[in-house]
Amino acid sequence: MKRFGKLTSLTVAALATATMAMSGGAQAQSDPLKVGFVYVGPVGDHGWTYEHNQGRLALEKEFGDKVKTTFVEKVPEGADAQRVINQLAASGHKLIFTTSFGYMNPTVRVAKKHPDVAFEHATGFKRDKNVATYSARFYEGRHVAGLIAGKMTKTNVIGYVASFPIPEVIRGINAVAIAARSVNPDVKIKVVWVSSWFDPGREADAAKTMIDQGVDIIMQHTDSPAPIQVAESRGVWAVGQASNMSAFGSKAHLTAIIDNWAPYYVARTKAVLDGTWKSGDTWGGFKSGMVQMAPYNSAIPADVVALAEKARKGIIDGSVHPFAGPIKDQSGKIVVAAGEVAPDGMLLGMDFYVEGVDGKIPK
Amino acid sequence: MLIRLEPRGEASRAMVYQSPLIAVVLTLLASMVMFWVLGTNPLQAIHAFFIEPISTLDGLAELLVKATPLVLIGIGLSLGFQANIWNIGAEGQLTLGAIFGGVLALAFFDVDTPFLLPAMLIAGIIGGMAWAAIPAFLKTRYNTNEILTSLMLTYVGLLLLSYLIHGPLRDPDGFNFPESRLFHDAAVLPIIFEGTRLHIGWLIALFVAVLAWILIVKHIIGFQIRVIGMAPAAASFAGFKEKRLVWLTLLMSGGAAGLAGVIEVAGPIGQIVPVVSPGYGFTAIIVAFLGRLHPIGVVLAGLLMALTYLGGDSAQITMNLPNAVTGVFQGMLLFFLLASDVLISYRIKFGSARTRESTA
Repeated sequence: MKRFGKLTSLTVAALATATMAMSGGAQAQSDPLKVGFVYVGPVGDHGWTYEHNQGRLALEKEFGDKVKTTFVEKVPEGADAQRVINQLAASGHKLIFTTSFGYMNPTVRVAKKHPDVAFEHATGFKRDKNVATYSARFYEGRHVAGLIAGKMTKTNVIGYVASFPIPEVIRGINAVAIAARSVNPDVKIKVVWVSSWFDPGREADAAKTMIDQGVDIIMQHTDSPAPIQVAESRGVWAVGQASNMSAFGSKAHLTAIIDNWAPYYVARTKAVLDGTWKSGDTWGGFKSGMVQMAPYNSAIPADVVALAEKARKGIIDGSVHPFAGPIKDQSGKIVVAAGEVAPDGMLLGMDFYVEGVDGKIPK
Repeated sequence: MLIRLEPRGEASRAMVYQSPLIAVVLTLLASMVMFWVLGTNPLQAIHAFFIEPISTLDGLAELLVKATPLVLIGIGLSLGFQANIWNIGAEGQLTLGAIFGGVLALAFFDVDTPFLLPAMLIAGIIGGMAWAAIPAFLKTRYNTNEILTSLMLTYVGLLLLSYLIHGPLRDPDGFNFPESRLFHDAAVLPIIFEGTRLHIGWLIALFVAVLAWILIVKHIIGFQIRVIGMAPAAASFAGFKEKRLVWLTLLMSGGAAGLAGVIEVAGPIGQIVPVVSPGYGFTAIIVAFLGRLHPIGVVLAGLLMALTYLGGDSAQITMNLPNAVTGVFQGMLLFFLLASDVLISYRIKFGSARTRESTA
């Protein structure tokens, strides 16, 4: 945030002193720690925001009277986010989780005004003394799902309902392609971009179109259960996203990649309570429990389940890496040499498809 | 028993201006019932919703920040609505304004000149006007319905923004995330009160409101707009050029929306993001009608509508009320306003079967 002008930083400094004085007086030692959450969607009963809210509930369960949690849902990622985050900070919340990428700059700005408040921003890359970032290595889950899909497909075409062409989503597509092709080299991935995180109509249309084109496994990086429901009604397989979605299609649902924020939220809250909270970046996966697999469908043969479990355990003990070389991009050029693994920097900025993915990334 | 609506001869002038107030009071009463049913203390909830958000300087500043785009767009739309020209696509015009102004900011990144901001604002106005010019052209040339064309162009505008922000306008150091880089200081609107987010966009909105008032009340164009809205036939006998008014009102409302868009990106957001507006272009339609299509009314209505958003936040934070309360609030407000308006123009008659026969 170097580009912030002198005027603004002066302002910020003045206000910071004021708020520190105010909140210092209001907050007595025995008061519970107020923890605030900013959600991009409604809480609902599955999906991205739902899982963050599960993490919040885990805090209440773990710490009881020692914490008091607040959430604000459906906060748009434009000018409004900063107001809401600021309001939480100004009303005595000492730990604030902002749970969507679009809250990055608003979070950093508010944090400058409230140096005594700890901020945690999900999926971003800008940090500060009082702004930590966290995200999950969902691609580890995609790897396991990709292995299962590679074994289960009959048509050798996997369909992928994708949201936006950001590195996070492209990484997931590539992880599936690499894993599926490692057990079945004939597999191709078809991707349909729906330009939304949640649009049941378009997600369902995307799934239907791909099934008509011979896809027999639907994966998704969107939040609605529509692709699962379409897969169920058309008799093909599907993999759920963010939550266990088997309730929406128990026959189709092979497994799901579950976001589990509870361990992280508990650890960070404990750190604030103990006075040991520090800014930093956390990118957790299977090992820290941030990513989990939903129960495998009973229709998956035992040897495939064993293969999936072996990979999951291998990722935990470090013997398996979803982006282990040799990895070729679509043109056949080697991007990760044999014997090497893709560094986190490449994963974080991923903007190319690996071999086996059809089509081009929209630019 | 049959309930009929019978037209009143003449709508009461006083009631036309009182009906928004009646609607607000009825909304308050009905929402108190709703809070009571939800099991919260109605007075506390009303306090959290309407008083708490504006009980601090910061809160007041935020109210004006939130009201700025609503007022700007509402003013522009009310000009067209008075002439029965229905620009429903302000959201798209806002988006184009944000793109035009924002592209200028990015093109002159790190160029420190006082001319950049005015140029951005003008570019924003041009962007909004250009987008509104399409429905204007289609209406005057091919007699297409501007409601449909302007509305559909909104989606085209949003997709254009999506394309640009996922491609050429992306922050080069941003890990391919769909956001532009942050604007540099010379491209960010100055703050009025230090320590708040209140930027000069609010003053621009008030200035535009004054301009609109002068236009409507003092200028011949305003007279023509009102005549064409109330009595199109009379307007054509008087020789008013209808096509010119279509162009004028669409360009003015589009320009105002475009200005609102560039003010959002150069003000509270400070960069181009995939979603510039959470539907201001549509909410402003409610604002325009709530404000009786009158500049002063639109300013007040914009403030009230902004307050419902802020109130929704604080009701969630202090009362743990669901976000849906905000939507219910706005819905009730519009419902009661429309209901009051119906009763201004019509009276309720409890008719007998005989009258039904005669009217049928």
